Amino acid sequence: MIPLHKSILLVEDNPDDEALTLRALRKNHLLNEVVVARDGAEALDYLFGTGRYAGRDTQEQPQLVLLDLKLPKLDGLQVLQRIRADARTRQLPVVILTTSNEEHDLVSGYALQANSYIRKPVEFEAFMEAVRRIGLYWLVLNEAPPQWKEE
Amino acid sequence: MEGRVMANQAPVLLVEDNPDDEALALRALKKNHIPNEVVVARDGVEALDYLFGTGRFAGRDLRKAPPVVLLDLKLPKIDGLEVLRRLRADPRTHTQPVVILTTSNEYRDLHTSYALHANSYIRKPVDFNEFTQMLGEVAHYWLSLNEPPPPAPAA
Repeated sequence: MIPLHKSILLVEDNPDDEALTLRALRKNHLLNEVVVARDGAEALDYLFGTGRYAGRDTQEQPQLVLLDLKLPKLDGLQVLQRIRADARTRQLPVVILTTSNEEHDLVSGYALQANSYIRKPVEFEAFMEAVRRIGLYWLVLNEAPPQWKEE
Repeated sequence: MEGRVMANQAPVLLVEDNPDDEALALRALKKNHIPNEVVVARDGVEALDYLFGTGRFAGRDLRKAPPVVLLDLKLPKIDGLEVLRRLRADPRTHTQPVVILTTSNEYRDLHTSYALHANSYIRKPVDFNEFTQMLGEVAHYWLSLNEPPPPAPAA
């Protein structure tokens, strides 16, 4: 059975930001299931069906990955590199959502083919509005890449 | 930081060969209060000339890269996918944000666009009001929410 809405993978280690993002998505009636990975290793486990996600059907990939950069275990840029290196996830829309102000992160994010790079607004209302627009853009307006199929 | 503000304010490049669609897009951007200048390229060659500062755009300051290129696929001379391929092959433009804006619903176009690292793929709605609203959302996303890549260092 094909679920009506594909999932969103939220890779976020800060519980406050996680709660806020979930709230903003719900408030805007974006009904996609949100899978939360709290470090880089968990994110890759979900995408590749390993670790606690062993056996997950990896033909089903999220419609959007919201990726923080500063993460325990494996950082966001390393996660992105692994996503782009694997045929199953190469075309996944990945939006970097970060507080990082470092030019290095911006340059590396794009060099590793992030689809978009967004600075997390610090102010509550602005953060909610940013998540709303990100959700609308990637879940409603953007045409997702075709589903990966095993050759 | 100043450089980034500049990048956001640089002209948007609209690559569109159909005069009706061009007029519609310009109207939609205006209606959505997009402050950026819009440069229109009417075929693939003109788009590449603008982005690489050649032909009639010889000498253009390439550090003022468009915050986003809105790229149609079916274009005279050089088609949209070839334009994208050339942008990705050149270090000056390989991270240039590109949104495919097309009526095509062919699997091959969608797949190839993402394989060539299009940042996003949007199907043009046929309805005028839907088109206006869509283009407003797209423009606001790439002009005020997304952080564009910093300009490539001068060669």
